[in-house]
Amino acid sequence: MEGSRRTFLKIAGASLLGLAAKPVLDAFARSEFPKVIKAPQALVAKRWAMVVDMKKFKAEEDYQRCIQACHRAHNVPDIGTKQEVKWIWKERYAQAFPDEQNQFIPDEMKNKAFLLLCNHCDNPPCVRVCPTQATFRRKEDGIVMMDFHRCIGCRYCMAACPYGARSFNFGNPRPYIQETNLEFPTRTKGVVEKCNFCEERVARGLLPACVEVSRGALIFGDLANPDSGVRKILRLNYGIRRRPTLGTQPQVYYLI
Amino acid sequence: MYDAGKIITGLMIFLGLMTFPFWYSKGKAVPPADIKIDTPAIQRLPEKRCVEPTPYMRAKHMELIDFWRQSVVRERDRIYLASDGKKYNRSLSHTCLNCHSNKEQFCDRCHNYSGVKPTCWNCHVIPKEKV
Repeated sequence: MEGSRRTFLKIAGASLLGLAAKPVLDAFARSEFPKVIKAPQALVAKRWAMVVDMKKFKAEEDYQRCIQACHRAHNVPDIGTKQEVKWIWKERYAQAFPDEQNQFIPDEMKNKAFLLLCNHCDNPPCVRVCPTQATFRRKEDGIVMMDFHRCIGCRYCMAACPYGARSFNFGNPRPYIQETNLEFPTRTKGVVEKCNFCEERVARGLLPACVEVSRGALIFGDLANPDSGVRKILRLNYGIRRRPTLGTQPQVYYLI
Repeated sequence: MYDAGKIITGLMIFLGLMTFPFWYSKGKAVPPADIKIDTPAIQRLPEKRCVEPTPYMRAKHMELIDFWRQSVVRERDRIYLASDGKKYNRSLSHTCLNCHSNKEQFCDRCHNYSGVKPTCWNCHVIPKEKV
């Protein structure tokens, strides 16, 4: 009977373990909230990127159309002092491409304004320094996002960003917003903001606001897909990026 | 005890000031928040039910909204599947305030009564009040 008692104890032990495991598994299986589903109409990509075709920016109006569309869509205040807030803006060649300062470049290029925005880097320094992870890189599509709820306004990200893509709200931005877009929140005092690649529009299946009004000068697409528009353009044209030597892997390409 | 008079008087004044809120409001009943849920959007609903049942919403709406903001901003989940199987867009300004279009008579009254000051509206835009 020695053996059978041993077996009995083994089975009894295993059953007890099973009883104990059930509540633990239940606790893991239970979630406070029901499970979620992705928005069906969203545009999907592994790596969103943008190509800025500078040859198509001829008149001031070409720039302003894109800037206005973005700033209106995202309730970006028009402050006009050194405390300005900008998501997409104009800058001269010297500021846009400080690494490519040849002694002799065409005057036309030297004086031309470039359309700049957040580069949505693969290796974003702003994300590395953010102490609250208010800014983070979405692994699914590479967009560098801001969670305004979490931003504590320390401005480390502004110091870290080599492209000046980030702006700080020194005061309440609301008085400087002419027409509030009800579809998008405003920001509050003490929060940093920047371009979000129109993440909220992409989720609804729309192209970014600036791309939509650019008349083909801005091209938005998936770099991971060899058949995408951006990849085709970059296969046929030589695109340059802002300050690539820093190793941030910016994902906004310029055709000049 | 040196200066007993001054110390005791000082203590009396201190205690009086400290307990001021208690004896000042004694006997006065603060009326409970009078919240209105009769907006046109709610009246049009065939079944007067919020995203989740009322007791849950009353107790946990802040947790639900916090979960919504977390999932929309950080996890890209914009659709909420409620416990009764209905789908909702996770949006404060659009889903919540679409029915509760009377923010002042609904959100604010109860928040004022319970003395909480949510900072939602510093950024989120309040759609035009439709009462």
